[in-house]
Amino acid sequence: MLQGFSGRKDLFWVLAGMIILFILPFILPRFYYYTVSMIMLLGLLATSLNFALGYGGIYQFHHCVFYGVGAYGAAIMLSKTGISPWVGLLVGPLMAAVLSLIMGLICIRLSKLYFGMLQISLGSLVWAIIYRWRGFTGGEDGMHGIPLPGIITSGTGAYYFTFIVCAVSFFVIYMMLKSPFGSALQGIRDNPVRSEMIGVNVKRHQLAALVICGFFAGVAGVLFVVVDNSVFPNMMFWTLSMEVMIMCLLGGWLTFMGPIIGAGLIVVIRTVASGYTEYWSLILGIILMLVIFFLPDGVLGYFVNKFKGRADKQMVKG
Amino acid sequence: MLQIKSLSKSFRGFQAVNNANLDVKKGEIVAVIGPNGAGKTTLFNLITGILKPDSGKVLFKDEDITGLSPHAICKKGITRSFQVVNVFQRLSVFENVQVAVLSREGKTWNLFTPSKKLVREETNRILENVGLKEKANNISGALSHGDRKVLEIAMALGGNPEFLILDEPTAGMAFEETVRCIDLIKQLSEKMGLTILFCEHDMELVFSISNRIMVMVRGATIIQGSCEDVRCNQAVQDAYLGGSDVCLM
Repeated sequence: MLQGFSGRKDLFWVLAGMIILFILPFILPRFYYYTVSMIMLLGLLATSLNFALGYGGIYQFHHCVFYGVGAYGAAIMLSKTGISPWVGLLVGPLMAAVLSLIMGLICIRLSKLYFGMLQISLGSLVWAIIYRWRGFTGGEDGMHGIPLPGIITSGTGAYYFTFIVCAVSFFVIYMMLKSPFGSALQGIRDNPVRSEMIGVNVKRHQLAALVICGFFAGVAGVLFVVVDNSVFPNMMFWTLSMEVMIMCLLGGWLTFMGPIIGAGLIVVIRTVASGYTEYWSLILGIILMLVIFFLPDGVLGYFVNKFKGRADKQMVKG
Repeated sequence: MLQIKSLSKSFRGFQAVNNANLDVKKGEIVAVIGPNGAGKTTLFNLITGILKPDSGKVLFKDEDITGLSPHAICKKGITRSFQVVNVFQRLSVFENVQVAVLSREGKTWNLFTPSKKLVREETNRILENVGLKEKANNISGALSHGDRKVLEIAMALGGNPEFLILDEPTAGMAFEETVRCIDLIKQLSEKMGLTILFCEHDMELVFSISNRIMVMVRGATIIQGSCEDVRCNQAVQDAYLGGSDVCLM
């Protein structure tokens, strides 16, 4: 079952959150809404990973490759070709989806951990190409000052663009999870053999899920280009993939909003802690250990279970 | 309807199924019996495509389905339940059956219509038939063992099969649950006209509901015949009772 996001009450909170996000640039200085747009786009990245991981049970270990390819695809299109910048921005996610299809076709024959290991290797290969191909991708330094369409070059323009694209993406992903495809995907996660036996072509559904999650990772990548106006190879280094996976686990990987909350927590922890120490990942490590010990379903998963438990008890009493 | 011709399968030298033959006619209930490790589940896995046979053929409605993938075989009209409970743990009872129905209708590629609105009636009808209607919203992982075994059957029914394979449907069930399950199997055969192939250790159940029985020992078919034939067959006696000449049951 799709947890943590259902019914009118949740819809109210979502709308309230959207209104707050909408007025944010009017009341807070630039640094804050820059951070919030980072949270939104990383939340989208984590949610796209969770589409495969939490709902499809696919061990997508190196998800950031698609984030990076989406970003580089758009950045290269915008700075090296003369096509319309809006089309250029769309190229990013499409390239990510195509790469996801190719890597998926190679990896999907393996299952679980083996899938994850092969995926890390192939992903690192893509990273190495970007890292080494100095002439085309800018190598280690990445690319800066990417010419964006005028309306989204300003801070607030980039913020609202991110806000709208994220809202639409979250809505589309949510619809997909609630659709028959989403049901079949969750069935595959729980039991692939059984899914085959009720007539679901497991590999093909998993491949489609990978392409979808690759596409939305690419969207997140493009948003990064818009917000930060730059790309660099570390965006697709495997450590970032782990960080995104931690976002899912931290927030609750069996819930829809979990990864977004996880992204928020990590960005806040990083921003605050890195002001005091450069070893902020040490703090993250400790927090992660505590979460695994005490909140195995993640932060949101914990609260969902707690409130559901209370509702069940009330029903018994009534 | 289903014919199995000299089917064989070995795992690293262990001959799990060895020259098995079986013939099931439309509308029949056929039981496969045999001691533990005789290859009954392997045989079912071979029929349903989970395993590929080393040699031999599986014919369904005169069409060769040997070596097809499980989902393709399911689409041909053969569905099954599993001996070890094999349901979607995190989904509700309703959703478990619903996915099966959606899959049969080829709707699992629909990305944008909420599942909630689809195939409700049929799912509810199946749940009502098997007696799980009241538990429709429970998470299936939290059901009792007996209920999960019934859910197994309900999911197999979601595929609207012509041919149903049940792997030890009553294993581990309490007495009342077993009685209910036997009733259910009889109903499926009589009212819905399903052809059923099942295996079971409970001899009482086997002799009370099957039209014909196939006996497997060490992977091979030693006899396929009516209950009477099987009951007094010498080879069956040897396999089950170590050579005494009393009739089974």
